[in-house]
Amino acid sequence: MRVTIRLFGRLRELAGAPVLEREVAAQATAASVWQLLAADAPAVEPYARSVSVAVNADFAKMTTALEDGDEVAFLPPVSGG
Amino acid sequence: MSDRRLAIGPDAIDVPELVRALSTEDPGAHGAIVTFVGTVRGENQGRRVTRLEYEAYAPLALRAFAIISDEVSAHWPSARVAFHHRTGSLAVGEASVAIAAASPRRSDAFSACRYVIERLKQVAPVWKHEFFEGGEAWIEGATADVSDASAREEAYRRSCG
Repeated sequence: MRVTIRLFGRLRELAGAPVLEREVAAQATAASVWQLLAADAPAVEPYARSVSVAVNADFAKMTTALEDGDEVAFLPPVSGG
Repeated sequence: MSDRRLAIGPDAIDVPELVRALSTEDPGAHGAIVTFVGTVRGENQGRRVTRLEYEAYAPLALRAFAIISDEVSAHWPSARVAFHHRTGSLAVGEASVAIAAASPRRSDAFSACRYVIERLKQVAPVWKHEFFEGGEAWIEGATADVSDASAREEAYRRSCG
């Protein structure tokens, strides 16, 4: 199945693109998509412990199971205000 | 246009509009309206800031704002809040965020207003890219986790201090 990955801030710069499309296994979770991203762009690896995740524009967990067509966003630590 | 009380985008923030958004059918419902405006500071960690670029994941930010607004209602049932966050390039001194909080009595209005800015800094998917004399840097604060009860309690504690 296919998922869209969205990246922000410094994570977007390290990955080299704001939006990526990836083919993933049927049992994929947000965590497995992160691992795929880190394999493609090892520079994002230092964010493994501080990143948070959203699926289809709602807050999610790394353990969240994905479906075909889902949008997975990885968020570096936030700094609004 | 969805809920005019909660917004994120590139337009300049209109504080009187935020206050108007809190008006209810009963003009006597609120005895106090508190506003907070966050502005771009010209100095950060010893650096002379020239501008900030704010990036956001807008649909998730609106979701976070709705969660924060619901948390306010749970803590202060008679309080109502409206807040806008700006995105894009902002000059030093410009408003990046503004919050209005209304309540029958001032104490809850001050607390609700403070709670919103504390929670917004914890969970809103917004990122500051700081440009300063001699370079640039992404500012990174908290890992956004809306289900982290200890962060929620910390924001509440600060609001009632």
